[in-house]
Amino acid sequence: MEIVMAFVVGIIFMAATYLMLSKSLLRIIIGTGLLSHGTHLLVLTMGGLKNGAAPLLGEHAAQYNDPLPQALILTAIVIAFGVTSFFLVLAYRAYQELGTDNMDRLRGTKINE
Amino acid sequence: MSLLHLAIVSPLLLAVIIPIFSKSIRQIHTGWFVLPLPVVLFSYFLSFISTTSHQGTVYESFEWIPSLGINFAAKIDGLGLLFALLISGIGALVVLYSIYYLAKDKEQLGNFYVYLLLFMGAMLGVVLSDNLIVMYGFWELTSISSFLLIGYWYHREKSRYGAQKSMLITVFGGLAMLGGIILLYIMTGSFSISEIVAQSDIVLEHTLLIPAILCFLLGAFTKSAQFPFHIWLPDAMEAPTPVSAYLHSATMVKAGIYLVARMSPVFAESPVWLWLVGGFGIVTLFWGSFSAVKQTDLKSILAFSTVSQLGLIMSLLGVGAAALHYDGIDDNVFTVATTAAVFHLINHATFKGSLFMVVGIVDHETGTRDIRKLGGLMHLMPVTFTLAIIGAFSMAGLPPFNGFLSKEMFFTGMVNILKLDLFSLSTWGLLFPVLAWIASVFTFIYSMKLVFRTFTGKYKPEGLKKKPHEAPLGMLISPVVLGSLVIIFGLFPNILSHNLISPAMASILPSLLSPGDIFDVHIYFWHGPTPELFMTIGVVILGILLYLTLPKWEKAYHLLPEKLTLNKIYDRGLESIQSGSFKLTRFYMNGYIRTYLVYIFAFFILILGYTLYTKDAFVIDTTNVSSIGFYEIVLSLLIVVATITILFAKSRLTSIILLGAVGYTVALFFVVFRAPDLALTQLVIETVSVALFLLCFYHLPKFKKEESKIPFKLTNALISIGVGAIVTAIALSANSTKLFDSISQFYVDNTYIRAAGKNMVNVILVDFRGFDTLFEICVLAIASLGIFAMIKLRLTRGKEG
Repeated sequence: MEIVMAFVVGIIFMAATYLMLSKSLLRIIIGTGLLSHGTHLLVLTMGGLKNGAAPLLGEHAAQYNDPLPQALILTAIVIAFGVTSFFLVLAYRAYQELGTDNMDRLRGTKINE
Repeated sequence: MSLLHLAIVSPLLLAVIIPIFSKSIRQIHTGWFVLPLPVVLFSYFLSFISTTSHQGTVYESFEWIPSLGINFAAKIDGLGLLFALLISGIGALVVLYSIYYLAKDKEQLGNFYVYLLLFMGAMLGVVLSDNLIVMYGFWELTSISSFLLIGYWYHREKSRYGAQKSMLITVFGGLAMLGGIILLYIMTGSFSISEIVAQSDIVLEHTLLIPAILCFLLGAFTKSAQFPFHIWLPDAMEAPTPVSAYLHSATMVKAGIYLVARMSPVFAESPVWLWLVGGFGIVTLFWGSFSAVKQTDLKSILAFSTVSQLGLIMSLLGVGAAALHYDGIDDNVFTVATTAAVFHLINHATFKGSLFMVVGIVDHETGTRDIRKLGGLMHLMPVTFTLAIIGAFSMAGLPPFNGFLSKEMFFTGMVNILKLDLFSLSTWGLLFPVLAWIASVFTFIYSMKLVFRTFTGKYKPEGLKKKPHEAPLGMLISPVVLGSLVIIFGLFPNILSHNLISPAMASILPSLLSPGDIFDVHIYFWHGPTPELFMTIGVVILGILLYLTLPKWEKAYHLLPEKLTLNKIYDRGLESIQSGSFKLTRFYMNGYIRTYLVYIFAFFILILGYTLYTKDAFVIDTTNVSSIGFYEIVLSLLIVVATITILFAKSRLTSIILLGAVGYTVALFFVVFRAPDLALTQLVIETVSVALFLLCFYHLPKFKKEESKIPFKLTNALISIGVGAIVTAIALSANSTKLFDSISQFYVDNTYIRAAGKNMVNVILVDFRGFDTLFEICVLAIASLGIFAMIKLRLTRGKEG
């Protein structure tokens, strides 16, 4: 299963990268959202899949799934949410103020030559 | 930390306090608070003379970074002491002079004295450090303080230009010297100068010898304004005159001389050293004196004259290295060059220091330094005129001043080189005395020009901004002291020879001395009718002739087109470096976020791919993989399809919903992979996210059809596929290699014992890694504050435009 997941994660990363390289701000935000999904799955896969029971002591199992990646991912999910929502509002405000969401026109430097 | 260390850093300490004085006590000139320090330092250093004149040294060290071999080791030997006396002695005179030169109500005295003290401490550090890294630190500090002092009147454009120029050139040399220091460390494994000197035979055999010599000499030549790096010194004359007298003639520019002298015991036996030091020195001597003649600004004349005199000392140090190829010190004719170098070093500090102060007085009292506007000041400023005569005649090498003695010895050293039958010196060596003699003629001419164009001739009051009169007494004290020294050293040179010159020589040429031996230096006023005497007479006769006919041949100076001068080359070089780097930066920092992302991703692909390839890290091992179930296949297909569809989604709504679909599938994956907490969180978060997206989507514009060109899409596709492939490869390899045991077992074992919880993930989050969670909350708080601010805050734009 890990090998399948490796390819799934690869595809998600690919799509995310492609979206992030496009010009529309909304697509870039969707790309970052996708990227965080891919990362979470990647971290989970790296810890090994289906090694045992869910990491709850109440299960009284001999073997548990690795709890550490899960803890990390839990943190990451929340942070990704924070970042995505910040980014969304930023995009919304930028569009309101500047009237465009085209990245080619939202250039950082003021070089008009 | 010993008293010696304290002495070295005391100027730096005072520099911290001095702004308080200058701010709070305005009635008294800040200089008076500074003056005691160099006086005390001077007398403190004087007390070491009895030690060094018996070949003794004082060594104090305290550990700074012992693991790297960097200790603040302070060492006083003949050479270091000579410089320390120069620095503190001239320093005291210059501070005294500056009190009268800089008006207390007009200038920012706090800044001035802080910089000056900074320099004094740094320079003492350079000459008294035995550790090369420490010395390098102080060395750069002298460059920085020199920069600050040249730019003291920073509102003048020329000051800023000169400051930048000196900084660029000397710091460039300093960095080269750092390279040399590291090379020496590679060769000997030590930063301590004493230890490196002890291992000089290893250094001389080493293949890195030549690069190390070149690096050190770059440092020395840039600092001591040797041709072709001399161009910064004339521009440094924008500094206030006390600074020019102190840094740019008596002390800082001699740091290069010091470096060459200090490293002589290590490198001097190499023929490359002799040729480079001697050759660059003699060329600088000639070029400096030649250029000085054409200058019309008094300080420019002195600047070029300083360049040329530094070249003179440098060439003597180079030629003096020949002595190392003969054993013993009795009848070793080449040591006279080194004697002359040390002697002239002292003499130059005295006569050039007094000349700078004289020029400062002229500038101060008349308002101009232009030689064409000056003239006939002899009757108005008799004391200054006398001092100028003393200084200039000494510089020109006339008896009975000290310059005459060292100039004679200089000729002796240069003539003696013809007796050397090493390194093809017997043929090319002839250039040394010839250039030396020609340069001396020019030296004579500009010395005369300096004095007689200013003080004799027709008095032209209409061109002057002020009505000239003799300088106040306080301003005259310092040059009078230096002027008297010129005469005293001229008449009784041997008060220096045993106390200062001989110990300094022992530091430069230690290998010639057997234990307990000393250099027996005797300076004679009268040598008898030797070639040197005739050379001097020739210089005087030809010099007078050329001086009198100067207007007729002065035009020769315009033969060299201005475009080819070193200054123009420097300017154009600087300009093209600036515009070139600007173009380069604009080329890759073009302001499009996509470009930057492409760089980041491309770098990601390359560096990870390269590492995977070179380390043979890519492996697929299927022994430990888990089984593939039906649900997982379905979920995998679902997520892949949803992801790919986003790429082709035409409308915003579709892509948002598809993103939601991916998120929910991820949650289902968490269920399948037995991560209940993750699944719950993901479900909640995904729901909120999708709601947020839908909320915002209403306000965001529709997708436009991306009418981009094929190459654009192709690059994107290539990069994306690359990223995907690399991530897959890493995931596969990571799963297949287990380099060490997981730390997770700790959490499994201790969840209940240590934290009394049963849900491992929760316990990790709130207990074992509680800080992580705390900061996570902080991130959320910051994000929400940001969002709040963005929504609530409306920047009111300016109405205009």
